[in-house]
Amino acid sequence: MANVYFMQAMHQALAAAMEEDETVVVLGEDVDRGVFGVTRGLIDRFGPNRIRKTPISEATFVGGAVGAAAAGLRPFAHVMFSSFFYVAMDQIANQAARLRYMSGGQVELPIVYFAGTGPSGSAAAQHSENPHSILMHTAGLKVVMPSTPYDAKGLMTAAIRDPNPVIYLADLRLSRLRAAVPAEPYEIPLGSADIKRVGEDVTVVALASLVPPVLEAAAELEEEGVSVEVIDPRSLVPFDWEMVAASVRRTGRLVVADPARRLCGAAGEIIAGVSERVWDSLLARPRRLTWPDVPVPFSPPLEKELDVGAEDVKQAVRDVLDESSRRIPAARGAARGSA
Amino acid sequence: MLSDALLHLYRLMMRIRVFEEKVQELHKLGRLPGFVHVYLGEEAVAVGACSVLRRTDHITSTHRGHGHCIAKGADVAPMMAELFGKADGYCKGKGGSMHIIDTSLGILGANGIVGGGIPMAAGAGLADTVLGRDGVTVCFFGDGAANQGVLLEALNLSAIWKLPVVYLCESNHYMEFTPTADLTAGRIYRRAEPFGIPGVEVDGNDVLEVRRAAAEAVDRARRGEGPTLIEAVTYRFAGHSEGEEAFVSAYRTEEEVESWKARDPVTCFRERLLAELPDRASELDDIDDAEQASVEAAVRFAEAAPFPPPGQALEHVFAEAGA
Ligand SMILES: Cc1ncc(C[n+]2csc(CCOP(=O)(O)OP(=O)(O)O)c2C)c(N)n1
Ligand SMILES: [Mg+2]
Repeated sequence: MANVYFMQAMHQALAAAMEEDETVVVLGEDVDRGVFGVTRGLIDRFGPNRIRKTPISEATFVGGAVGAAAAGLRPFAHVMFSSFFYVAMDQIANQAARLRYMSGGQVELPIVYFAGTGPSGSAAAQHSENPHSILMHTAGLKVVMPSTPYDAKGLMTAAIRDPNPVIYLADLRLSRLRAAVPAEPYEIPLGSADIKRVGEDVTVVALASLVPPVLEAAAELEEEGVSVEVIDPRSLVPFDWEMVAASVRRTGRLVVADPARRLCGAAGEIIAGVSERVWDSLLARPRRLTWPDVPVPFSPPLEKELDVGAEDVKQAVRDVLDESSRRIPAARGAARGSA
Repeated sequence: MLSDALLHLYRLMMRIRVFEEKVQELHKLGRLPGFVHVYLGEEAVAVGACSVLRRTDHITSTHRGHGHCIAKGADVAPMMAELFGKADGYCKGKGGSMHIIDTSLGILGANGIVGGGIPMAAGAGLADTVLGRDGVTVCFFGDGAANQGVLLEALNLSAIWKLPVVYLCESNHYMEFTPTADLTAGRIYRRAEPFGIPGVEVDGNDVLEVRRAAAEAVDRARRGEGPTLIEAVTYRFAGHSEGEEAFVSAYRTEEEVESWKARDPVTCFRERLLAELPDRASELDDIDDAEQASVEAAVRFAEAAPFPPPGQALEHVFAEAGA
């Protein structure tokens, strides 16, 4: 087990997949150098026939991946910043996400659409999107968003082997994360969440770069006698409703932390899905921690204003506990020993 | 051309030069947040083209937009403040280097999306046409952006509607770290031909040649005869973005960079002015000093300016009806 950075973990999985399956090809701008490092150096190993540097033509290489997949390749399309999905949105939403359905199941489209995502430090409104909820809503696209190097590698292997278009979003705020991962390829099945910390009183579902601050908050809350369970869904489509619902059934309380806008966002969807499943276990209204409904601003203090931090998480956890202690029957509250 | 006008071209090129050199210096010191792409080496393109525009004419710009803004009349102080993310910046700190906009000068915005400004330029031309104005829009875009499909769509639309737009490609030979020629079929200026519009190539390091070509295209547009595509051949002296050495190895040879620096648009024009207007030599020195001083003042202005209050993050999403 060697220590690798977040993006290196994805690189390892991609390189291994290219080794194992010669139909895996890489398409994208500057993919020989690879701005985030995920494709860097692959051209030396696999050559320019499989590592295809494209012109700046997102609509065409994103859509090209659809045709290439329909005709026998497994394209890994490097979209660079996730904001650039919007440049190619017809090819994503009308083509990649539709062909199999419209053809009555004739077509398989084993494509990975990879992009770095989220604010990365004053990259401003056209380089800082987290577009996962728009892509989740599209139907026909799987969407993954890992939070650790280990998960990143396992999800990448699974994404490349999956017979469907998978949107793979690598949160740029996690670039400096480093951890030990197995050298050999391994798969983390799409749709399996992971409990990042076991707890009893409150379930906090956290996505991508919000996993670390939520874990930090959970550790601090432990000192206040509050036990927080932290779940990282890892994959948003498909979603591991079973694991999240089971956790909320135990804790009775849910907070969702999503580094994205609120309106029609993943946080709202997760809360709705859990509420539908285990509404009778809920002891308080679920809370969501998100950005406000604004584009990402440039100026550092403004960008920071959007952030969800450990303090916000602690406050939300205290709020749900507070509300539930006012509402649960005294006997149960005492038995649980919480708040 | 009158000698005062020539000196003004020089002044604007020098303003861009010292602004960008200061930006590089500030970036190295870690004073500027975010991505910064400088225009060093390409000054003649923006200055030549904007020299034939009126204040009310429009431009659309790119991620490498500082030069376009200065050439169209932007003030370096609020520009610098914007780069610092300060409240007194052109966009109140909301946009930064890649998004400077001044609608009062017809600057419809630098743009973080490669090719993003191209359809907008056609639209600005449409507004002039529909409203019966004799305005013109210059659309600056890179040689890399020429491979976005929107360019062909915009050329076609502008041709059929005879829109008053000048499409000005800055052929600086690179798109990020890749030579444009490696991934571009044919010559960009020749993409005008099938649309039946003029396509011309000019020396983008010669401000007077750019100005001449732009004047012809702008006059044609003002007369209602439609768009022109100009390819200005030039070179960027600096990296694609400041600080790139940290994550990319060299992708250009020293000799190549040096050969273009020998054709530096600012110093070459200066030498030419010295030769042609020897009696005004001291004025060139004065211009250099004045521009240096104004950029220093811009930095002081930017440093002294406050950061926007955090609550500003929530403003400017929508306009108020009737406001
Ligand atoms: C739609 C889109 N794709 C990719 C990028 C990343 N990117 C920024 S600048 C650039 C190269 C642009 O080259 P060119 O148009 O020649 O302009 P130059 O940088 O040479 O001025 C790329 C690929 C982007 N900002 N937007
Ligand atoms: Mg270029």
